[in-house]
Formats: sequence, C-alpha cells, structure tokens
Amino acid sequence: MNRRNFLKNTGCLAIGFSLQGPHFDLPSPMRQDLPESIKRHPNINAWLEVLADGRVRIFTGKLELGQGISTAIEQVAAEELDLPMESVEIVLADTARTPDEGYTVGSGSIEQSAMAVRFAAAAARQKLLELAAQQLNTPVNQLTIEDGKISTKAGDHVVTFNQLLNGKQITDKVQAPVTLKPKEEYKLVGKAIPRSDINRMVRGETHFIQDLRFPGMVYASIVRPPAYEAKLLQLDEKALQKNNPGVLKTIVNGSFVGIIAGEEYQALKAQRWVQQHSQWSTGSNLPAGANLIDHLKTLPAKTERITEKGSLPTDNSTLIKAQYFKPYLMHGSIGPSCALAIYEQDRLHVWSHSQGIYPLRDSLAALLKIPAEKIHITGVPGSGCYGHNGADDVAADVALLAMAYPGKHIRLQWTRSDEHGWEPYGSAMIMEVAATLDPSGAINSWQYDLWSDTHGIRPSGEANNLLAAQAYSNPFKGNSGYSGGMNRNSEPYYTIPNQQVNAHFFKGPLRTSALRSLGAYANVFAIESFMDELAEKAGKDPFTFRLMHLQDNRAKAVIRKLQEMIAAGRPATGTGVGIAFSRYKNSSSYCAVAAQVYVASTTGTIQVQKMWAAIDSGEVINIDGLINQTEGGMIQSASWTIMEQVQFDAQHITSRDWVSYPIMRFNQVPDVEVAVLDQPNEKAMGAGEAVQGPAAAAIANGVYKACGQRIRHLPIIKEMAKM
Amino acid sequence: MNTTIQLHVNGKMHTVQVDPATPLLYVLRNQLELNGPKYGCGLQQCGACMVLLNGKAEPSCMLPVAAVTNKKIVTLEGLVQPDNTLHPVQEAFVHEQAAQCGYCMNGMVISAVALLAENPNPDEAAICAGLQRALCRCGTQSRIIKAVKRAGVGKR
Repeated sequence: MNRRNFLKNTGCLAIGFSLQGPHFDLPSPMRQDLPESIKRHPNINAWLEVLADGRVRIFTGKLELGQGISTAIEQVAAEELDLPMESVEIVLADTARTPDEGYTVGSGSIEQSAMAVRFAAAAARQKLLELAAQQLNTPVNQLTIEDGKISTKAGDHVVTFNQLLNGKQITDKVQAPVTLKPKEEYKLVGKAIPRSDINRMVRGETHFIQDLRFPGMVYASIVRPPAYEAKLLQLDEKALQKNNPGVLKTIVNGSFVGIIAGEEYQALKAQRWVQQHSQWSTGSNLPAGANLIDHLKTLPAKTERITEKGSLPTDNSTLIKAQYFKPYLMHGSIGPSCALAIYEQDRLHVWSHSQGIYPLRDSLAALLKIPAEKIHITGVPGSGCYGHNGADDVAADVALLAMAYPGKHIRLQWTRSDEHGWEPYGSAMIMEVAATLDPSGAINSWQYDLWSDTHGIRPSGEANNLLAAQAYSNPFKGNSGYSGGMNRNSEPYYTIPNQQVNAHFFKGPLRTSALRSLGAYANVFAIESFMDELAEKAGKDPFTFRLMHLQDNRAKAVIRKLQEMIAAGRPATGTGVGIAFSRYKNSSSYCAVAAQVYVASTTGTIQVQKMWAAIDSGEVINIDGLINQTEGGMIQSASWTIMEQVQFDAQHITSRDWVSYPIMRFNQVPDVEVAVLDQPNEKAMGAGEAVQGPAAAAIANGVYKACGQRIRHLPIIKEMAKM
Repeated sequence: MNTTIQLHVNGKMHTVQVDPATPLLYVLRNQLELNGPKYGCGLQQCGACMVLLNGKAEPSCMLPVAAVTNKKIVTLEGLVQPDNTLHPVQEAFVHEQAAQCGYCMNGMVISAVALLAENPNPDEAAICAGLQRALCRCGTQSRIIKAVKRAGVGKR
C-alpha cells in the first residue's frame, strides 16, 4: 500500500498506530482527503436522512444503469452505520432531491458517489454517537451501535437514531478527519450482496422509465429527417390529422416534427404516415462506398502531441509497422430511449434516464429559454445505455412537446429505427504504430498516431448538441464536442524509452459521442495486438514479452493470474488462445484477458469459445457486481469486435434494426470466467469499462494463434470473409 | 375504429376498447398496465416483448390483438404464484443474479419457461437454441444460461 492510499483509506484511524512506537511514520489525520463529491456537497443531510421508522435513506447523484450502483452504495452506507441492508434505501439522481454529481460515466460512481456516501455515513455515525453520549451521559467509547440503535456497553440504556434526532436531520458538514470503520471489521463491503432491483424486475414491478404511467397520459412520436441536415420542405398537418384518428396535436418547428396521440399505436402509425407523406431536402451526403479509412484520413484534423519521451530512430529500415481500424459502433440499447414530461403551473417536470440530469436541466433551460429552476428532472433507470445514447435527445423532444401541450403527462419512446439511426455512435478510429526492438528483444521506440472523431457531445448545459435543437427553424449549431476521449489509453502502459503519441481529431460523417470506454477500446485493441506482433518478432511468448516491459507489480499480478487461469487448457485443433492486458485510463482498474477462438479452416467462420479475465479494481465493494460487469463487458466487447459495424448509404444510416446491425445471440456468446484480485487496502476503482479493450485484442490475438491470420481491421468476420 | 375485445391474460378475462389492429404488446402495457413485456424493436427481432401464448413463447409487438382473443396469454407478472412466490425460473434468475439493466429479462424468462415446459432438463445447446430469439446487450447471457440450467428439473 502506498502512502497516499494509506492516508485515504485509513483516515484518522491512523491515530491508533501512534501507539506502535515513535519511529512510525505518522500521517497527520488533518491530511485526510475528502472525496470530491463531499467537497462540493459537504452537508451530511445532502447524502442521508434518518426516516421516522429508523431506516436510513441515501441520496446519490448517480443513476442506476444496470451496473448495480444502487446496491453497492447501500452496502457502503449500511456498513458505516452498522445497519442491515434492508434498513437502507436509496434515492437516485433527482434535481429536487439529490446532490449534483455531474454524469454517471467513466466508471466513476464507486470512486465518487460510493466514497462520498462512505464519508457522509461515517460522519453521521460519529454525530449520532456524540448525541447519544450526551443523552445517555456515557462516553462514546462505552457505546455500541447496531440496527439503528445506540446502547451502552453495559446494556442498561438504549436510544434509536430517530429518538436522538427527534425528527431533525444531521445538517453538519462532513469535515476531515472522518473516522471510517476499520476495513477488518467489514461485514458487508466486499461481499456478493444480491441486488434488490433484480427481485423486483423479475416480477414485472415498476422499475424502468418505460414502466411509468400517469392518469390521462398521452403518447408521442417524433419524425426525424431522412438524412443528417435534411430540412422539412412540406408537411400537410391537416391531412395528417384527417388520416390519423387519435392524433391530438402536431408540433412542427422548422424540421422538428412531433406528434401527440391518445394511444401509443396511433402515435406510431401517424409517425409512419408522416414519413411517407412529407418532403425533405437532401441533407448532407455520407461517403457511401468509399474506403472509410482513406476517407477519414483525408478529413482536416487537429493534431495534438499526447506524449513524447526520448527520441525516435532516424533510420526507418528497422521499423515494424501496422495499421489498425475500428468502425463506427452502436450503443444498441435493447430498450430504445424514453422520456416523460408534463408542463403545469409554470413548471416543467421531466423523467429521464440521462446519465446527467443536472447538466440536462441546464440544456433544456437553454433550449426552451426558461430558467433552470422551473425544470425538475427525475432520473429513472432505463435500458442499459453503455454511454451517451438517445437519452438526452428524447428528453429534449418530449420537453418541447410538453411545453406545447401543457397539463398532460406525455410519454415518448423512440422506435428501434429512431434509436439505431440517430443515436450518437462510438467513433470510427484509425491507429498506426511503428516500433523498433533492441538487440535483446525489448521495445526501443514506439510511434503511435490515432485518428478519431469526438467521444463526447453530451449536452453539458448547452442546447446545441440536442437533435431537437438542431432541427429548430432557428437552429442551434452543433459544436465539435470533447476531443479528450480519443486519447484514453493511447499511451502504452509499458516501459519504452523512446515514445511519441499523436492524436488527430477530425469531424467525421456520422454523429458520435461517448461509448463505453471511449477511445480505450480501439487504442488497447491496437496496442495489445501490436504487442503480440512484436513479441513474435522478438521471439518471446506474449506473457513474457508483456511482463518484461512492466514495472507495476499489480499489472504483473493480473497477468500472472491470467496465466494460471488458462494453464490447464490445451487448445484443440483450429483453436487458439490470445491474451491482452491494460490498465484502464492508465490509472484505474488492471485487467488481463484471454480468449479461446475457434476458426473453421474451410469456411473461416469463427467462434469465441471461452474468455477469461483477471481484474484488480482495488478495494472491492460488491464482488458479484464486479464479476457481472466484467463478464458482461467481455461478451459485449466480443460482439463489437467480431461482428459490429454501423453501415450507411449516401443518404443516411442503413443499420436501422437488429438484422442490419446484428449483435451476438446466444449461439455465439463465449463462456466467461472472471478472477478478482481484491486489494482491500487500495483505493476502490471503477471497473465497468476495464475489460472492453483487452477483450478485443485477446480475440484478435486468439484468431492469429488459431489460423495465422492477423486481423487489424474490425470487425473480424468482415476481414475474415475477404480472405 | 375501436372495438370491444376480450382477452384472457394471466388467468383472467379482460375487456378492452381498442383498435383491433393494435399489436398485443401495446394493449398489455397501456390498457392492462402490465410491465413485463417490453418494447424493444417492434419487429420481432429482439424478444423483449415475449409473452406465453397457450404456453409457447411468442413476440407480442406485431401481433394484432384481435388475433389472440382465443389464446391464453401469460406475462411475466402471471408467472408469480398467488402467494407471491416466484416461478422456479424467476427464482433461478434472482439466484444467479442474471441481469444487469434487466430490460431483456422478460424475454429471457418467458422463453425459458416455454423451453422448460417442452424440455425439462435442457443441455447448454438446447438452452441457447431456446433463447436464441432474445437479445441481451449487457452481456449477461452466461448468467442466464446458468439460471435456466438451475431451473431445469435435474438441478432443482
């Protein structure tokens, strides 16, 4: 454990160590770092309240996306307060109730929200003990706390949390040092506590935003243009109403077309009618039929030097070079994006599965030109999003409709074709790498160039990037988005004396934004494929080659664990096992992955048979949640890697359903196995994206082992078909 | 035009006033206020809207409601026993924590119930074939397979 983590993890408990002797390097409790979310929202009652029945309610600014964050945060709170799990409930992101924690992204919910709740709950515990000490006239160290009650150790007096507070809440600020529960005493944290929401979902109880119903609720649909930038030229609203009984209102503003109907089916039929009976301008042309790599490299690009170390060789004759490619990928939520809204009494209420309801509120205020205080957004879980899908756009759509049709709850769920055709995709990326080896077989120089569109056009308080805003008669102009995401994991985690990494940021033909792990998926695919190529040139096996370039013992440990996991297997004829490693963001979870791939020699068809992952995410909060995320990440990444690619013609996206954009079905999914290296004394790190990149490279490396074909351009089946 | 339609859902007769061409899915969700069947694609490609029709798992998103008046329809809610205990397949999904976001769970459970009725102890290949029509994007298929195995007679 390093010193920094020691301070973070033990907090002022370190005082206890002072008894061990004067030579102990005593950390000052005053130097305890509070979580960032606590610094922004320091009051204890921003994070928790004691309810009249003695249970505790936790508030988080993060949203449940299927990652199990609700249960993990409840575990942390229950642990600090010595409550049973069933005595803790959680309120998810709500602009009227919970702290503003920005976006639920980047595997940050454990690091930010769960840690904030840990400190708030520990501070609350301390406060409750102090209050009990006064009331029972007993020193704190003579008190025990259990199940919402504080008792004297002698057992003669007991007082409940609720009696101590007498209906009030703890408004004190969380201040360092906070006495955290010693990790050796943990009973809940780290355990595989089952998720309570699964029990509700399996019964069909209300859980999803799609399940919300209100009396008198009406249904909406949106007609999007037939192409990016296409403008509405003609729509006969009277004919629409006449031909579509049940339509209550149409809202047309520029090229934004919304329909409100009494029944969902009527709204959908009217959408189809408009699609067939309206006229639009041509819009922007997409580079159909062109070689996408060539096309993207001709686009103007802004270049940024990400890293430079040592010097690159001047003699190019010994360079080993390769080019890798990742196509546009879809989030592909199984449930298309959905939102509800009502405008009444001068206030707009919106229900949304956006990953950032506070930023969305500001964006809606900018779009609708009303003060943000007049907008209330309640976060409700949707179908898994894996990044920035249509959630914010559909919320803007329905907010516009609600303003034009006040007094009724309006429900809008995009169709499959809407979601597939208009969600912001994960950008296509090109990665070119050139390296040299020294005489011992170690990497001496590494030059890496990547080309990518943005990985972030989240609304972030502006209206500009919302689809509805761009369709307006007086349109908001979309901005180019965040360039930082493409660099994620662009620097190798390996020790290489001479390095240069350059990122080239272009504006490509498709709408793009954040997809799980951002640029890390493609960068790790390229780096880890190339590591295998270099290992072969150096005459080393892939494990040895990686280990000889790593200094970090935790990195080495996950690779060695993976080696153990696959040691027993003997790949059959036609199968190969590939491996890969990365540390997510080069600062978060460590993850090593192996993939056993079968390639049929006659047809070239491939089957990913089995995948293994070894992961170290520091302190584990819920081990089953971590395993579930890692298993699922491997399967999702296998689907991306093997078979996925957003397709388009000159007009627009042609991948508009699950036939034109196939994803893995049951007969294709690999068996998966995950080993967790728990590090209770290290910082808890997010894990939800760690496996995406190494899974891709492990599969490509497995294909090479199975059949000798080095696939550098994804998706793999498309390349295999060319051979 | 709306007409009066009678449907047998989860053991009871229900009378609804709807356009007879309305797909069953919308009637179940909006008129009968059931959450189990979900809209996923409207194209019978993803399985999110599965229901049991006379015991067979079928997508409900394109099926006109007028075509199923003579069928016994069971949704996810209808699998829960009158004493509120879970169906063995539901119980197995909870036991295996076979979900992430859970949006696909309806199609998975309904498909598994129909599969196990025909083949009480399916092997892995039979489970995959039985659930082939249902898509999961979170990648929980490995857990779902374990859950279906667990719910199979041989493992109970």
